[in-house]
Amino acid sequence: MTLEPVLLVAAALFCVGLFGALSQQSVVMLMMGLELMLGGVILAAAAVWRFVAPAATDGQVLVVLAVTVMAVEMAVGFAVVTALFRTREVDMTDDAAELKG
Amino acid sequence: MPDDAVFWVLAVPAVASGAMVFRLDSMARATYALLLSLLCVGGLVIRLGLDYLGVVVILMMTIEMALMAVFMVMFMMNPAGLMPMSMLHNKRGAAAICAGVFALLAAGILLAPWPRRRGRPDDDPTMALGESLMGPHMLTMMTLGLALFTTIVATVVLATGRGRYDRFGDDLRARRPADPVRPGARR
Amino acid sequence: MADTAPVWAVVLLPFALAAAAAVVAGFDAVLAAAAERGRSGRPLRAAPAPLHAGLRMLGQQPRRTAAGDPWLGRLGIALVPVAAVLAGAVLPWGFRAVTDPVVGVVWFNAMEVLAWAAVWLAGWGPNSALSLIGGYRFLAQGMAYELPHMFALTTAALGAESLRVGEVVAAQRGLWFAVWMPAAFAVYLLSALAMAFWGPFDHPLGRDAAGGAAAEYAGVDRLVLLAGRWLLLVVTAGFSVPLFLGGGYGPWLPAWAWTLLKTAAVLGLLVAGRRLLPALRMERYMEFAWAVLVPLTLVQALVVAVVVLGR
Repeated sequence: MTLEPVLLVAAALFCVGLFGALSQQSVVMLMMGLELMLGGVILAAAAVWRFVAPAATDGQVLVVLAVTVMAVEMAVGFAVVTALFRTREVDMTDDAAELKG
Repeated sequence: MPDDAVFWVLAVPAVASGAMVFRLDSMARATYALLLSLLCVGGLVIRLGLDYLGVVVILMMTIEMALMAVFMVMFMMNPAGLMPMSMLHNKRGAAAICAGVFALLAAGILLAPWPRRRGRPDDDPTMALGESLMGPHMLTMMTLGLALFTTIVATVVLATGRGRYDRFGDDLRARRPADPVRPGARR
Repeated sequence: MADTAPVWAVVLLPFALAAAAAVVAGFDAVLAAAAERGRSGRPLRAAPAPLHAGLRMLGQQPRRTAAGDPWLGRLGIALVPVAAVLAGAVLPWGFRAVTDPVVGVVWFNAMEVLAWAAVWLAGWGPNSALSLIGGYRFLAQGMAYELPHMFALTTAALGAESLRVGEVVAAQRGLWFAVWMPAAFAVYLLSALAMAFWGPFDHPLGRDAAGGAAAEYAGVDRLVLLAGRWLLLVVTAGFSVPLFLGGGYGPWLPAWAWTLLKTAAVLGLLVAGRRLLPALRMERYMEFAWAVLVPLTLVQALVVAVVVLGR
C-alpha cells in the first residue's frame, strides 16, 4: 500500500457521495451521500497519518472528528426532517426552500 | 503482495457499494449498501494501522445505518422499491460536478510532491491518540463533547412533537404527564 | 498473558459454541418441563427437546411470502450466528483466545452490534407487518441497552487500563472486577440478555407479535435464527467471565476448567433467573436504562477511574 491509491479511493468515495448529495431529492438520501463523503474523509485522514506523519496524532484526531461529525450530521438531519415533516408533510429538498432569500 | 490484495479487496467494494446506494430502488438495500461501503472503510482504516479507530468506525456505522434504515423506510414514499422511480434532480449537472471534482482531486493526489514519511508510528497508536486527546488536543475533545451535547438537546427539541405544556397542562400543574405510553421508571 | 490459540481453534470455535448453545437450550427446556409438570414429570427427559426441534426444522419447507426481500432476510438471519462467532473469537478459553487483538473489547462490542442490523433485516425480509414490528422493537431495545452496556465494558477496560481482553483477565489475578465493579457487572448481565433478545427481553420475537421478527420463518431459516440467538446468549454470557469474573484464575483447578465452571454458572443464573422475570416492554426498559442505568454506570466508571488514578 502506498499513499496515492488510498487517497484515490478516498477521492472516489467522496465524489460518489457528492453526486448523491447533489442529485438526490429526498433529504434522507442526501444524508446518505454526506455519510459517504465523510467516509472518504476518514479514509484520507487515516492514509495521511500512516504515510506522511505517523509520529503525530493529528491524523487520528481528524478521524475522530470526522466520525463525530457523521453522528451529529445524522442526528440533526433526522431531527430536521422529522420537524419538517411534522409541520409541512414535506421531505424533499426542493420543497423546503423557505430560507431562500 | 498480499497487503495490496487485501487493500483492493476492501477498496473496490467500498466504492462499488457506495455507488450502488444511489442505484438501488429498495431503501433497505440502499442503506445496507452504504453500511457495506462504510464497513470496508473501517477495514481499510484497520489495515492502515489504526485498529481502534477502524473498529470504532465499524461499530458506529453499524448502529447508524441500522437506525438510518428506520428513517429511510419512514420518509421515502417507496421504501421497498416495488415500483422503481427516479428521485433525482439535475442528474447531469451533479454528475459533471462530481467528475470535475474527482479529476481535480486525482490530479492533486498524483501530481502533488508528497512529503517523505516523517517519524514512525507509536507502538500503541490508540494510547497515543488518547494521550493527545487528553493533552495537546484537549480543546478539540472539549469542543466535540460540547457539540455532541448541543446536538442531543437540539435534536430532541426539534424532533419531539409534544412539549411540556402538552404533557403537564397549560399551567404546568398536572401531577403526572399525559403521555401516550406509561413511563417505565416512574409510575 | 493470553496467547493466541493454534489455527485449528478457528475451525473448532463455531462447533464448540454450538455445542454449548445446545446444552444451554437443553437446560432451559428441562427447567420449562419442571415448571410445567413438576418433579414427578421427569423433566430431565426434556433435555434433548431443542435438538429434536432443530432436526424437525431441518426437514421443514422454508416459507415464502409475496413480494418479500429474501436476500436481505437471509442475510439478516445468517448474520445472527456469524456475529456471535466473530464476537466469540476474542473469548478466552482458559488464557487462550482464538485471537487477542489490541482492541478486543471494542471488537466484541462492534460484533454484537451487528445483531441490531441482523434482527432488523430478518424482520424486513418477509414483507410482513408483524415481523417488521419485531425488527423495530429490537432497534428500540438496542437504543436502551447499548449505552449502559458500553459504559460497563468501558469500566472493565478502565480497571485493567487496556482494551486487550488478555490484559483485562490478567488485571484480575488478585481481585475479580465483579467484586469492586458490581454495578457494571449487573448491568452487563442485563444487557447480555437484551443483546441476545432472549428471556425478559424477547419482545422482538414476542408472542404478542405472533413471533415478531421470526414470525414468517420456517425450516432452516428459523433454525439458524433461533440457534443464532442461543449462540449470542452463550457468547455474551461467556464474555462476562474474562471481563468481570477473573477469566481462568482460580485455585486448584486448571484455567480451562475454571472458565468452563464460571461460564456455566453465569449461564445457569441467566437461564434460571429468566423464569422469575416477566417480559419487559422496550419503552419501559428504555426509560429505566436512561434514567437509572446510565447514571449508575457513569458513577461506577468514575469510582473505578479514581481508584485507577490513585493506584
